[in-house]
Amino acid sequence: MKILVPTKRVPDTDQRIRVAADGLSIDTSMLPFVVNPFDAIALEEAVRISEESSQPVEVVAVGVGGDEYEEQLRTALAMGAERALLVETDRPVDPWNVARLLVKVVERESPNLIIMGKQAVDDDANQAGQFLAALLDWPQATFASKVELVEGGLRVDRETDAGIETVRVSLPAVVTTDLRLNEPRYASLPSIMRAKKKTIERLSCEELGLTIEPRIEIVAMEGTSSDRQCERVDSVDELIDRLRNVAEVI
Amino acid sequence: MRILLIAEHNGTHLRTASRCALGFANQLAVQTDGSVTCLLLGSGLDEVAADAARFADVLVADDEALRSPVADRYARVIADVAGAGAFDLVTAAATTFAKDIVARAGGLLGGAMASDVIAHEWRDDRLLLQRPMYAGAVNATVVLHGPVQIVTVRPSAYEEAAVKNRPGSIEKIEVDAAALPNHIQFEGLASKETGRPDVTEARVVVSGGRAIKNSEDFERLIGTLADRLGAATGSSRALVDAGITPNEFQVGQTGKIVAPELYMALGISGAVQHLAGMKNSQVIVAINSDPDAPIFEVADYGLVGDVYELIPELIEKLDGD
Repeated sequence: MKILVPTKRVPDTDQRIRVAADGLSIDTSMLPFVVNPFDAIALEEAVRISEESSQPVEVVAVGVGGDEYEEQLRTALAMGAERALLVETDRPVDPWNVARLLVKVVERESPNLIIMGKQAVDDDANQAGQFLAALLDWPQATFASKVELVEGGLRVDRETDAGIETVRVSLPAVVTTDLRLNEPRYASLPSIMRAKKKTIERLSCEELGLTIEPRIEIVAMEGTSSDRQCERVDSVDELIDRLRNVAEVI
Repeated sequence: MRILLIAEHNGTHLRTASRCALGFANQLAVQTDGSVTCLLLGSGLDEVAADAARFADVLVADDEALRSPVADRYARVIADVAGAGAFDLVTAAATTFAKDIVARAGGLLGGAMASDVIAHEWRDDRLLLQRPMYAGAVNATVVLHGPVQIVTVRPSAYEEAAVKNRPGSIEKIEVDAAALPNHIQFEGLASKETGRPDVTEARVVVSGGRAIKNSEDFERLIGTLADRLGAATGSSRALVDAGITPNEFQVGQTGKIVAPELYMALGISGAVQHLAGMKNSQVIVAINSDPDAPIFEVADYGLVGDVYELIPELIEKLDGD
């Protein structure tokens, strides 16, 4: 069995985000980057499946981006991915084009299962997994909080607005991860050292026979800030008074 | 623009979130001299079709094969209806239903999609869509390039559509069940019935955070106060991760986005991820033992103290009136 885990490189989530001088992007000069947290969960799930399976399972991590991506792919290798693939692009790629590039990777790698984060915490689009499943005409199980291998496929618990939904999907399939699926491991020092020696395979868009077709054009970007003034009240009585007589919400 | 709204329903009525998305669709139709059509999918839809027709013309895909909302079949039907130049824009409320199903339909329709849109403008024959990124730290204005534009909107950002003077038409569309994909089997839905309003639809939301130590305390403190105010209950991610509250309670960047008239953040410190889900509420109250907690930066009223003492006092004083 082969599991493909597409990942994205995103700014660390506890960083303060500022709009860059161009007014169209964010200032990344001071930002540390990490593997998108949902993709780390996807990697962990794939590695666990390989550890628990009696059959050999190969986990292949994929990134789409430039040289700077190597660091995050090495993290993926240190967490337990067998191989790492970098699809080289020199500019940010939107979910549609990520999905198209991944289709080409799938054609070369023929995985049985793709596990990826439900959303990247930079653009919060929540699209790439669904686009990929649509383009491949594979079943999808999004927002997974539990994944079990069963006869003929997977049983997946999905986190929905209405509660936990359970579906069965046949393989090959695309699964996208939610927060409660697992807690990703920290890579051990020996595995980090081993990951440093591995080769990261590189593929260009030309090799994949694909031209990027942008679908989303950012025409403006602005920072948001709270302009609320917090009035500190000293007692429950005061709070009730404000809610009743000033805000008039209770 | 010819706009197709993918509506969610409970078998009898349109969901509030879909009526808000319809609010967006109606505005855009007026601005572009266009039209709005509502697409319903499911099985046994006569009653909900009549409800939807109060708001717009309705297309109904009614078939046993669509009884449960499975992504591959639903997306195929949506793409068949919206494709081939029939519609210029497909929209829905940004719920888990749409994130799963409408995004897949977007993949079949060319991938020009903007998620969780909070505002829009029609200018120089271009649709400008505003959407938050980086957990709401920035708002981006985007333009979509593709054969069909796919837009999910944040329900709290748009007013619910009003009933039209004249009911719309109802037209059934043919569903060829044998031709639909069949790789996803729905097995069941486990929801925890609280008897309280839905957190995304409530006028008041009472949310608990890390200060709440267990499920019993959550119910006794947050639950009781919510009932006193006719409110929905929500929670921060910490309580969901700890198994104290179910996942559908989570308010935040990756959970539910809410904007009620009153949001009470009780024992919630205010991580960026949580603020992304509630900072557009009209009035925000924070109670926290840490006077420097970031939640106070987005609150209108702040009270420093232990929620285990202050919530019972609040309940008692509200009851006493």
